[in-house]
Amino acid sequence: MSELKNWKEIPIGGLIDTPGSSEEYKTGSWRSFRPVWHADRCIQCYTCWTFCPDNSIIIKEGKVVGINYEYCKGCGICAHECPKKANAIVMEPERK
Amino acid sequence: MQKYDAFTGNLAIATAMKQINPDVCAAYPITPSTEIMMIFADFVANGDVDTELVTAESEHSAMSACIGAALAGGRVMTATSSAGLALMWEMLYVASGMRAPIVLANVNRALSAPINIHCDHSDAMGARDAGWIQIFSENAQEAYDNIIQAVRISEHEDVRLPVAVCMDGFIISHSYEKMIYLDDNEVKDFVGEYKKTYSLLDIDKPITMGAFALQNYYMEFKRQQREAMENARRVILEVGKEFGAKFGRAYGYFEEYMLEDAEFVFVVMSSAAGTVKHVVNNLRSKGLKAGVLKPRIFRPFPYKELAEALKSAKVVCVLDRADTFGGEGGPLFIETKSALYNLPEKKEVIGRVFGLGQRELLPDHINQVFADMERIASGKETERFKYITVRE
Repeated sequence: MSELKNWKEIPIGGLIDTPGSSEEYKTGSWRSFRPVWHADRCIQCYTCWTFCPDNSIIIKEGKVVGINYEYCKGCGICAHECPKKANAIVMEPERK
Repeated sequence: MQKYDAFTGNLAIATAMKQINPDVCAAYPITPSTEIMMIFADFVANGDVDTELVTAESEHSAMSACIGAALAGGRVMTATSSAGLALMWEMLYVASGMRAPIVLANVNRALSAPINIHCDHSDAMGARDAGWIQIFSENAQEAYDNIIQAVRISEHEDVRLPVAVCMDGFIISHSYEKMIYLDDNEVKDFVGEYKKTYSLLDIDKPITMGAFALQNYYMEFKRQQREAMENARRVILEVGKEFGAKFGRAYGYFEEYMLEDAEFVFVVMSSAAGTVKHVVNNLRSKGLKAGVLKPRIFRPFPYKELAEALKSAKVVCVLDRADTFGGEGGPLFIETKSALYNLPEKKEVIGRVFGLGQRELLPDHINQVFADMERIASGKETERFKYITVRE
C-alpha cells in the first residue's frame, strides 16, 4: 500500500473518493492454501474464471494461463468448481 | 409578530419537521414517539411536504434507510423512543461513523424490563457514546426550537454528525402547552438549502462508502469524529445565537436559573427542571441561595463552561433520570463531577436518581434534597448518592 496518511489527510467517514483503489490492496498474503493450476489438465471451460470472486484467474489471448497470487485469497472456489473430469486446479498448503 | 397556539411536544416536533420539509423520513412506530410520524404521515399524504416517507419493518431498518438516504445526499429525519433507539444501536454508530447528518427526535422513555412506556432517560443514555450530538429539551417550545437548530448543526461542514433531540415522553410529548411557532418561510430560510458534500448518486464522481478500515486506518476515522464533536461546540453556540437574534429565543450549552450567587445548585435536565425551578423560587423567597443549571447539550458535554458556571456553588446536587448501575452515580452526575475536578477548589457534589419509568417528582422531593444539601454544607454526614422518589 501507499504511504499511510494522517487523519487530516483523508476524507471523512471512511469514504473512498478514488474509484478502483482496491487494486492497491494486495490480498494475496491472506492465503493459507493456494490453488495450483495444471496447464496439461485444463479444458479451458472458464468455470474458474466465472466463479473467482477476486478476478484472480489470468486469461491471455482467450486462454486460462494461471492464477494471480497477488490478489488470490485462497478461498478454493476455483478448485471446487473445476470439473471433476479435468481436476486442473488443486489446493495445496501455503506452507508445507 | 409572534404567533402562538396549543401544541403537544409531538405536534411541535412534527410541525418543525413539516416546516423543514426533509427529503426522506424512514421510521418505525414506538410509544411515545409514534404520534410524531403519524402526524407527519398526514402532512405527506396531504402534499404539505415533498418528503419520501419510508415505513420500515423495524427501527434497525429505519435507521439503516436513514443512513442510506443521507449518504445518497438527502436531508433526513426520523423519530423513536426506548426499545426503538436500543434496536437502532448498531446503526447509530454506523450513522456517526459514516458522518451521516441525520436529525432524530428521541422521545425519552424507559427501557425494559419491566416493560414501561413512560419517561426516563435510559434510552438516550444508552446511546451516549454512539458519536451523536445529544440535545435535551425542557418543553415543547425547546423541542421545536432544538429540532430546527439541529438541522443546521448536523449539516455544518465542520461537524457532519447525526443529532438526537431529546424530549421527555408523555410529560412533554403528550401534554398541551402554549408554544410560539415560526412562519414556514422563517424556518425554510433558517435551515437553508441542504449542501451535500458527497453523494452515492453522483455518477460523475463515483465514491465508495462503508469500506473496511483495519488496524492501519480505523483509528484515524475515530480521531476525525472526535474533532467533529469538538467543532460542534462552536457550531452549537453560533447556531443558538443566530436563532436568538432572529427569533428572540437564544440557546447555549445550558440554562442558568438564579445561578449567579447560588450556593446550592441543582443540575437537572429536561422537564424535571421546571419542577426544580418552582422549588428554587420558593427557596429564594425564604432568602435561601438556591439555583438551577439545566444542561441542554449532553454530547458534546460542556465541561469547561459548566465548571465555570458552578464556581461559586458550595453544594451541587445532580438529579439523574437514569442510572448507570455500578457507576458512582447517574450519567449526568459522573459528567458533572468530572467537570468540577478541573476547578482549583473541591466542591461538594451529590447525586440523586429520580423518576425512573416516570415515577412522579414532586416539589417536596426537591425540598428533601435541599435539606440534604444544607446538612452537607454544615458538615453533617449525609448520603452522597441515593435513589429518591422510591419506596425504601
